[in-house]
Amino acid sequence: MSDTILDDNASSLSIPTDIARHMLDLDEDDDLEVFSKETTEGSSFNASMPTSPGSMINQYKFEEEEEDIDTKDIFVLVDNPESHVTAIETYITYRVVTKTTRSEFDSSEFEVRRRYQDFLWLKTRLEEANPTLIVHPLPEKFVMKGMVERFNEDFLEKRRRALNRFLNRIADHPIFSSTEDFKIFLTADVGALTSHKKLGPGFLSRMGESVRGLAATVRGVRNRPEEFTAMQEYVEAFGQKISSVDKVTQRIVREQKEYLEDLKECAPTYTLWSNSEEELAEPLRGMASCLERCYQETEEQVKELNDNLNPTLHEYVLCTETLKTVLRRRDNIQAEFEAKTEALLAKHADRESIREDLNKMEDRLELANNALKSDWTRWKKVMRTDLRSAFMDTAEKNVNCYEKCLAVWESFLLSQRTDAEGTQVSDSS
Amino acid sequence: MADSGSEDIAVIGNTDLTPSESENNLKNTMVEKGTNLLKRMEINVAEAEKRTGKNAVNMQETYTVYLVETRAVDATSEGTTPVPDSLWRRYSEFELLRNYLLVTYPFLVVPPLPEKRAEFVWHKLSADNMDPDFVERRRVGLENFLLRVALHPVLSNDKIFYSFLTEENGWKENAFETGFQAMADSRLKALNATFRVKNADKRFADMKHYGDELQSVISQLLRVRARAADRLYGVYKVHANYGRVFSEWSAIEKEMGDGLQSAGHHMDAYAASVDDILEEEEHYADQLKEYLFYADALRAVCRKHELTQYELEMAAQDLTSKKQQQEELATGTVRTFSLKGMTSKLFGQETPEQREAKLKMLETQIEEGEELVKERNTECEEFVKSAWVDIERFKEQKDHDLREALISYAIMQISMCKKGIQVWNNAKECFSKM
Repeated sequence: MSDTILDDNASSLSIPTDIARHMLDLDEDDDLEVFSKETTEGSSFNASMPTSPGSMINQYKFEEEEEDIDTKDIFVLVDNPESHVTAIETYITYRVVTKTTRSEFDSSEFEVRRRYQDFLWLKTRLEEANPTLIVHPLPEKFVMKGMVERFNEDFLEKRRRALNRFLNRIADHPIFSSTEDFKIFLTADVGALTSHKKLGPGFLSRMGESVRGLAATVRGVRNRPEEFTAMQEYVEAFGQKISSVDKVTQRIVREQKEYLEDLKECAPTYTLWSNSEEELAEPLRGMASCLERCYQETEEQVKELNDNLNPTLHEYVLCTETLKTVLRRRDNIQAEFEAKTEALLAKHADRESIREDLNKMEDRLELANNALKSDWTRWKKVMRTDLRSAFMDTAEKNVNCYEKCLAVWESFLLSQRTDAEGTQVSDSS
Repeated sequence: MADSGSEDIAVIGNTDLTPSESENNLKNTMVEKGTNLLKRMEINVAEAEKRTGKNAVNMQETYTVYLVETRAVDATSEGTTPVPDSLWRRYSEFELLRNYLLVTYPFLVVPPLPEKRAEFVWHKLSADNMDPDFVERRRVGLENFLLRVALHPVLSNDKIFYSFLTEENGWKENAFETGFQAMADSRLKALNATFRVKNADKRFADMKHYGDELQSVISQLLRVRARAADRLYGVYKVHANYGRVFSEWSAIEKEMGDGLQSAGHHMDAYAASVDDILEEEEHYADQLKEYLFYADALRAVCRKHELTQYELEMAAQDLTSKKQQQEELATGTVRTFSLKGMTSKLFGQETPEQREAKLKMLETQIEEGEELVKERNTECEEFVKSAWVDIERFKEQKDHDLREALISYAIMQISMCKKGIQVWNNAKECFSKM
């Protein structure tokens, strides 16, 4: 169990008060105890936890960043959706399980139930506190009209996976994962969470911020550094491409499903035919069974696309919006700074106080820029890993499907050739 | 007339062999098996061409003609390959030939022609008779028809068939001169017989039933298959979009660019591979279609049996009734209700002279009737005998051909799977470099 691995002498990860300094330490987690291999295979979790091996592996897979596996000291899992019925509404909660060795946590294991709203709150909080850091997107709020059963299994599973991915991304993020909000999210009981939520910056202060932001947007940024312009261009282009890939994938799923509909009718037709035949009955039944197998394999292949590639692509489509927003916020900060700089030149300006503000804003801008730059690198790395592994998995599954079908047809061919006496047959390539 | 020859001709139908290969196969089995036309002569439907001309109502029309080539086998074996004799035939001429064969040999399962109009098409194939793909497939089908006839122990010896192959201009006249058109049974007559026949040979009834089932199930299969092929085409082709997008995307990426770009190429290759796959699928469909149409030929033989049997029964019934009349007239008793009986009751009996005359007439009629019954009986028996021989031959051919078709379908699927494995393994390789 994980709590036996970390001993008291290991220096723990202290909560950085100075974010900027911490940013530089991003890849140097030397002070963390190295964990045994066991941990990474998920055996640190209780046997009583009904987690599938697949889901465990899934959440680690995209963490294939070279140094991090051995230094990961917090594991989170979202599972077990349950519906709750009250007088006012019906809603779903998910179980959130945490295992950690971090000292700032009172215990090493936690289990709480959270609903979508709570995740949304967490995301918003993190964004507010770190306007130029990139927060992984949440699955969209359910808006599909005409869906009779709002909480059907498929939808819940998809959402659960997305929430799981979201939370794991937060847990992997050096800054996000050490926030108080994150900790509370993982550990507090429902009452405590509700109270904590109320403590956040009030509605009015949020209003104030967005008004200032609006003013800055209207003014526009004058001297955007080249690298941020490059980022913006990249995000535009990336957004288009990933959106196309997403659409293509969805189209493939659609076409495959329709193909399956038609394929389904083939096998029974051969079976029907075999009933009228004598000599041919056996090969015809063989055909029917081959087609049935192929149908099943193809069905699984489509499922894989639907369950893995599709959601991943979709998340990166959402990411594009996040990235655009982050860039905009950075621009706004710069715009505010520029506005203040101009104000300094005004004739009747209160130079002293303006200069003071200006210094703060300059710091703020520098912080924001650095934060963004570093998180940008991080994001690109994660994106690359995610997409690479999603595409590789898809290719693997396709190969698998074809291999199984190949085996089926080859064995059919073999059975026919050994039956056929003296008939001339051409060789298979 | 015809030497029925050895019935076990293993005709290898259209598999994934090219027409000339399959013809070679036919020839090889031919040399082993029988005294059929192909032993002496090679037959090819080599080309197709468009023509325009005036039709029967003096209007311009465009039609396709097919080049039928024949060449004596001996000439080739001597090392020289002389130019084959050839002539152009329209589809309608093939139809005429087949109709002639149908009427002249009603006890044989006559090989079918390829379809007149494209049916069971999936979206890529047009239903247009002028479409080059359709014309090509029809060319193959026509050649197959000629080869099947040439291989048939009975049909291959037919003079009109030979004339069709060798006489550009005279063959139609020759065909018409046989008067076959007059011999054709009317549909109504045949239908009537089907309903009214009492003692049809059970085997033929079963065969007809089988023909019905075969036609129904193959139609269904062709329909379902065509739809599935359409869908599969869509699935593969959409992947070409991956190719395009990956290529565009790779332009904005540094580390991921190469992997994406090369993966994109594989996606394009994947999309392109479906064309070959579906061409082979179409080939398989053609093999099924041939037996769809064969089912019809089979049923025609069964219907003809019903007709001959019915005509026998009619003749026999007629004879019985005449004999009965004779008996009644001779003994003066009226057994059954008849107009004669009624009229004689109403209007008095006939005179002895009248009765004498009638009896005499009846006697002649009965004699003739007995002749007719004997004739028809022989006809029927002979028909049953020869038809059943050919049906057995057909059954074996069908079992063999369809099994071969299934095998070649499996081979095609295997090839498709192998290609798929290769492409996606390559793609995976590329993705890993992303």
